[in-house]
Amino acid sequence: MANAKFSAVAAELIAASANTIAVRLRQLSKRFGNNTILDAIDLDIRPGEFVALLGRSGSGKTTLLRALAGLDQISSGQLQVPAARSAVFQEPRLMPWKRAWRNVVMGLHIANAREHARQALTEVGLAHRENAWPATLSGGEAQRVALARALVREPQLLLLDEPFAALDALTRIRMHQLILSLWRVHQPAVLLVTHDVDEAILLADRVLVLEHGRIAADLKIDQQRPRSADNHRFQQVRTQLLQLLGVELESETKADIARPSLHLVPPSPAASFNLSNFSI
Amino acid sequence: MSNTTAVPFSAVNSAARPNAAEAPSAAWQQRWRQRLRAFLSRAASPLTIVLLWEIAARVGWLPERILAAPSQIAATFGTLVASGEMGSNVLVSLGRVLIGLSISLTLGTVLALIAGLSRRGEVIVDSPMQMVRTLPFVGLVPLFIVWFGIGDFTKVTLIAFATTFPMYLTLYSGIRSIDAKLIEAGRLFGLGQLGLIWHVILPGALPSFLLGLRYALGISWLSLVIVEQINATAGLGYLINNARDFMRTDIIVVCLMAYSLLGLLTDLLVRSIEHVALAWRPSFIKD
Repeated sequence: MANAKFSAVAAELIAASANTIAVRLRQLSKRFGNNTILDAIDLDIRPGEFVALLGRSGSGKTTLLRALAGLDQISSGQLQVPAARSAVFQEPRLMPWKRAWRNVVMGLHIANAREHARQALTEVGLAHRENAWPATLSGGEAQRVALARALVREPQLLLLDEPFAALDALTRIRMHQLILSLWRVHQPAVLLVTHDVDEAILLADRVLVLEHGRIAADLKIDQQRPRSADNHRFQQVRTQLLQLLGVELESETKADIARPSLHLVPPSPAASFNLSNFSI
Repeated sequence: MSNTTAVPFSAVNSAARPNAAEAPSAAWQQRWRQRLRAFLSRAASPLTIVLLWEIAARVGWLPERILAAPSQIAATFGTLVASGEMGSNVLVSLGRVLIGLSISLTLGTVLALIAGLSRRGEVIVDSPMQMVRTLPFVGLVPLFIVWFGIGDFTKVTLIAFATTFPMYLTLYSGIRSIDAKLIEAGRLFGLGQLGLIWHVILPGALPSFLLGLRYALGISWLSLVIVEQINATAGLGYLINNARDFMRTDIIVVCLMAYSLLGLLTDLLVRSIEHVALAWRPSFIKD
């Protein structure tokens, strides 16, 4: 199957580093004309690591994800990723003329395609909808089919580009639980691009903040899952991340949840303090 | 409540049953009466016109050489069908349309694929097509007669020429308006160039193709009427030309009705193809 194949560079790398690295970026840059979208990014992601990527609009999050997916060429630097990667986008991007199960196995040349599709749809709780046309699926259902389509390829790197952004709040909570349980079973490295700070802290092992095409912060989240937003430490990390993203919380909220030292930190673009060892 | 328990169960049952059986049938009758009334109210005005037409012909206000009476048209239709004259000439006309359409379908589809699937193809194919399509095809009739004579070849070629453009234009714009995000997804999930064409581009352009087919069909009947005025020796146009020489307005009207019926039937055919082939579209999904 597809995950057995690697591009020549990646295969060499994976063999050399013996399963300690899934993604390695060195000085990766992406420019459109005179605009530098990604500016000399260094990043390693371990196999099975769940990484969330936060950033304001225009910070280059989606560009980075598209480069990792192989959808866009990079301008310079090194990019090493497993060949078996898959993605879920903000829109489900299902082919409207293919029934759900055919969408799941689209582009795969495997025996018992239908059996594989059914299994994947069962994992996302949609076995009963395998023959549905995409137009009859609800937003959450369509996104679950898209998830099944990504997982049936057994990716070593799963790229999620704001996959929950268009869903209602209740569906989003269910999708969070689903994605965590599937991640535990399949153990791909995950890069989740999101606007939602809470979502990032709830799901990820590590939260990156991208600003002006550079990684401005790299936070480890060591808290046990399932995590809850009413936890004090959760709120601390949340305030910190929001400040990095340039959002000042109102004073009473701040006094309530944040440590005094955090008040003094300006929302500096350079994020002069080192957060890479911060953990909760 | 305590009173109702005294009523024997069978009595309640027998009282309820006729009501239950009657209610749906009454509603059914009601619905049919409503439909009939709606139909009659819509048909009233055309029926009145036909009736006035008949009266005008009978009392002599409308001479036969201007327009035959409806009753006479119906009778003529009956004779033409019975003698087999109608059937054989309809077949000839239908044959011309089908041959012309199959040429234009093939040509229009191939050109649209070339122009739609590659930038270079677009440069080569699209500009000449846009230039030629502005030519009014009726104006080309004299030129085609000079080139190809007055035989069937000219007729079929003109039909093919007239219908190639709607096929080409709708399919080309259909291919070009496919969501780029779907193509990107197809590529990401392992489709090659041929796979993309087969699994994404062609099914995505199918609604436009069928729309183009319906346009082309409409235009093909129109162009048939025009080209059959050129020295036809068989076909509906031949019947009309003959009837004109003998001032048989009844035959002319019968042939005109045959044209419009053929147009309706072929349109119906494409619509039923749409129902099967585009079953995935929200407008066709029943449940």
